[in-house]
Amino acid sequence: MDIVAVTAQWLADPAHWQGPNGIPLRLGEHVALSVVSLFLAALVAMPLGLWIGHTGRFSWLVVSSANAWRALPSFAVIGLLVPFTTLLDPNLGFILYPTLAAMIVLAGPPILVNSYEGVAGVDRDLVEAARGMGMSERQILFGLEMPVALPVLAAGIRSAAVQVIATATLGATFGFGGLGRYIVLGDANRDNGELFGGVVIVAALALTTLAVFVLIERRLASPGLAARTAG
Amino acid sequence: MNSEPLVRWDWIGAHLGPILDRVGQHLYLAVIAVSIGFAISFGLAALSIRRRRLYPFVTLLATAVYTIPSFAMFAALVVVSGLSIFTAEIPLVVYTFILFVPNIVAGFDAVPQDVLDAADGMGYTSAQRWWQVELPLSVPLVVAGLRLATVSTIGLVTVSAILGDRFGGLGYYILDGYHRHFPTEILVGGLLSIGLAVLADLGFVLLRRLLTPWAAARAAAR
Repeated sequence: MDIVAVTAQWLADPAHWQGPNGIPLRLGEHVALSVVSLFLAALVAMPLGLWIGHTGRFSWLVVSSANAWRALPSFAVIGLLVPFTTLLDPNLGFILYPTLAAMIVLAGPPILVNSYEGVAGVDRDLVEAARGMGMSERQILFGLEMPVALPVLAAGIRSAAVQVIATATLGATFGFGGLGRYIVLGDANRDNGELFGGVVIVAALALTTLAVFVLIERRLASPGLAARTAG
Repeated sequence: MNSEPLVRWDWIGAHLGPILDRVGQHLYLAVIAVSIGFAISFGLAALSIRRRRLYPFVTLLATAVYTIPSFAMFAALVVVSGLSIFTAEIPLVVYTFILFVPNIVAGFDAVPQDVLDAADGMGYTSAQRWWQVELPLSVPLVVAGLRLATVSTIGLVTVSAILGDRFGGLGYYILDGYHRHFPTEILVGGLLSIGLAVLADLGFVLLRRLLTPWAAARAAAR
């Protein structure tokens, strides 16, 4: 059986584009989970990384602990959270919270490391010059270090986003919907169209996310810096 | 799961044999993948060092492969290679490339040209130079790649549990515990798989110390 043909056929079938297991709904679940977990991860990791990068305090801790943290396998993390999240809520704690929390754990390290490295990597002469001009620490962080570090910050969020979108498919094994559901169902029902259809949509979503971030990052770069890299 | 205690030690006690078997399976799946992945990556890195123009393509391809969700790759390969060992090993092997190749290339790049010139001047043949100078000096970065690849692979082995109870190593307990609403099993599978990764990582740190005694001596002299 031709996998390309059955996949195209499955994707083209209007019946797969509506209803509670339709592509728009599953795509929506997947995107919503990814956006929420990225947002929550950024809420914690970014201020922490910026602060450590600016002050230089605890910097020894960032890279080593983030690398160890990154090594945590998502499959095990989702599973390990289940017994605890079900204590909070027997239903959502079984199907939603474990995947959500594991995605926050996954997204945190790249955002933390890049926020830290972005700010720590700003030329110290620039910072000293700003201090000499009488800028406050707050002004230095928000007016100088962050704009200069913006491309690195954005790269951290981009890498976290792509990883979360790819890994959120695992949630389907643990009761969460999302696009991984097609892979689970396609595998269980021996329906190759559905299985590869799911793979194609996840891949398309990850690549689209990557492309959107690259476009945003181009616009974010400070015009002065962009001109310097172009020249 | 509420009525169920978090850990039932009696269950663990009664299942020590099967748990040990799963640890063995976990290591077996990981060791095969890391070994084959290392051998192929070494070839890819050697090619990239000789033909520099190929290097960006090798890394691009390895990065593209790495973005495919492991879960999707395992499931998709069932269609191609059935529920065989290949279906479990192929994704594990190809995911190691992006962790190995850049580290091996960087390891050999890090050997100073002066040192190579000195070796040539002392009359080393190119084979001697490779074995006695380039390979030992590249050890720190190559071992860094081995650490990354091993830790990542031990984590990914758990995902192969979706292929059924003949695979997955300790991941089997995570999935089975979830389906049976049995926290003890999930904790055994999850914590042991993380523990294996940590132990393997420490093992490589020790290996690097043994293989590069000069690094420790230099640090002590400082």
